Amino acid sequence: MLELTQQIVNGLSLGAIYALIALGYTMVYGIIKLINFAHGDIMMVGAFVGYFSLTLFGTNIIIAMLAAMLTCAVFGVLIEKIAYRPLRNSTRIAALITAIGVSLFLEYVTIFLIGPSQKVFPDSAFPVKAYDIAGLSILNKDLFVFISAVVLMLILQYIIKWTKTGKAMRAVSLDQEAAVLMGISVDKTISITFAIGSALAAAAGVMVGVYYNTVNPLMGIIPGLKAFVAAVLGGIGIIPGAMVGGFVMGLLETMVSGYGNSLYRDAVAFGVLILILLIKPSGIFGKDTGEKV
Amino acid sequence: MLEVKDIDVYYGAIHALKKLSIKVEQGSIVTLIGANGAGKTTTLKTISGLLRPRSGAIYFKGNEITKVPPEKIVGLGISQVPEGRRVFASMSVLENLEMGAYLRKKKSEINSDMENVFTRFPRLKERSRQMAGTLSGGEQQMLAIGRALMARPELLLMDEPSMGLAPLLVKEIFEIIKDINSRGTTILLVEQNANMALSIADYAYVIETGEIVLQGNAKELMHSEDVKNAYLGG
Repeated sequence: MLELTQQIVNGLSLGAIYALIALGYTMVYGIIKLINFAHGDIMMVGAFVGYFSLTLFGTNIIIAMLAAMLTCAVFGVLIEKIAYRPLRNSTRIAALITAIGVSLFLEYVTIFLIGPSQKVFPDSAFPVKAYDIAGLSILNKDLFVFISAVVLMLILQYIIKWTKTGKAMRAVSLDQEAAVLMGISVDKTISITFAIGSALAAAAGVMVGVYYNTVNPLMGIIPGLKAFVAAVLGGIGIIPGAMVGGFVMGLLETMVSGYGNSLYRDAVAFGVLILILLIKPSGIFGKDTGEKV
Repeated sequence: MLEVKDIDVYYGAIHALKKLSIKVEQGSIVTLIGANGAGKTTTLKTISGLLRPRSGAIYFKGNEITKVPPEKIVGLGISQVPEGRRVFASMSVLENLEMGAYLRKKKSEINSDMENVFTRFPRLKERSRQMAGTLSGGEQQMLAIGRALMARPELLLMDEPSMGLAPLLVKEIFEIIKDINSRGTTILLVEQNANMALSIADYAYVIETGEIVLQGNAKELMHSEDVKNAYLGG
């Protein structure tokens, strides 16, 4: 029982990271129906901005995270403007292929600029301590990841639910033409969505740095794909779905590593994708929307 | 107040509006009637800026608005109640109305307009926290009208407000349109229900395959043999 609780505690922080990345996938899909396959690489860029902020400028981890979020928000907006906006009225497959192109571009430009080797996140930026609480060993880095992810998700919920910008985002994702008739600028709203989604991914990137201690230019691929699975699992386009999906994926992964064989954790993650697509393609929270006549 | 001058609108290769011209005088109710697919919705969408005419021009209060982006046209004073209501289904009634006032800044004015909408449509007030998608067709139409009014339009474009509603509700909606007009909002009404539309309008245009084929005083058109035969069921 104690060991199970310990595994859950470990899974929660990983799940929080997946949830943050999944949110960006789902928000972008909700508003322009694009699976932004470059999203995991935005996370990688965020991790590197955090890394350089810690090593070159000696900032603390909070500042590093904020710097990463700000940089990636700008990146996200630029990527949408340059790569996706010209394709807005073309086929969805064209935009999807472009997203894969952007993904490769970010990965290999980073390798070109920084080199392919992995960099170690400085220990001094986050001295790891373990707390012993009721027999459970809880690391301060797990707490940091979990708490900051939850805070960011609460802020996101507030923005989407209560602010004018958030309401406009929902309106655009529900009915673009009707939203325009209200005076909402679709372009601006899409830019804001990319900014927020990318900032969340950047925060997740810094958390991955803290969690695994290393960063490298291809680090976005697997977590990106798993977060995509999380978004599909929760129901793509549905924000609470992404959060739940992220936590489920994180817990599942630690359970598989803890009780089975850690070599199978990726296989299980993608097995979930296959299962959900077979059983309920609209996801846990998705409504099966048959064509209404 | 509004002048549409010789506009040509295409959907790809389809010539949807052919040198179409209409005029709407301030304070009046003007109706555009015609069969399905004649170009009524296309006309309203072009005025709102959602479609661009290939040639011709649109003037509002003397200024050309042909190239103004659609999200700016609302700010000039033209709101639309779109065909099929198009309320934001998974947003609450209250949020839908707030979206109608998206471009406005003054909180106090927005709140008093919201009160006015609720006085006009008490049922919306009862359901203000409910998701718009759960409302009945008539309630959704009221919400769509209320939402458009939240922008304080000088000109209200209405696209088939009677569509899919029970006869009693249709009557109610037309009473509401008359009332909105009597409080100073100019109305351009597109309808398939020609009888009803002509009964409340001052001036009417009849559109057929993208062209105005007949126009005149609404009461006169109501009694014209051509209109009777084609649109009023003999």
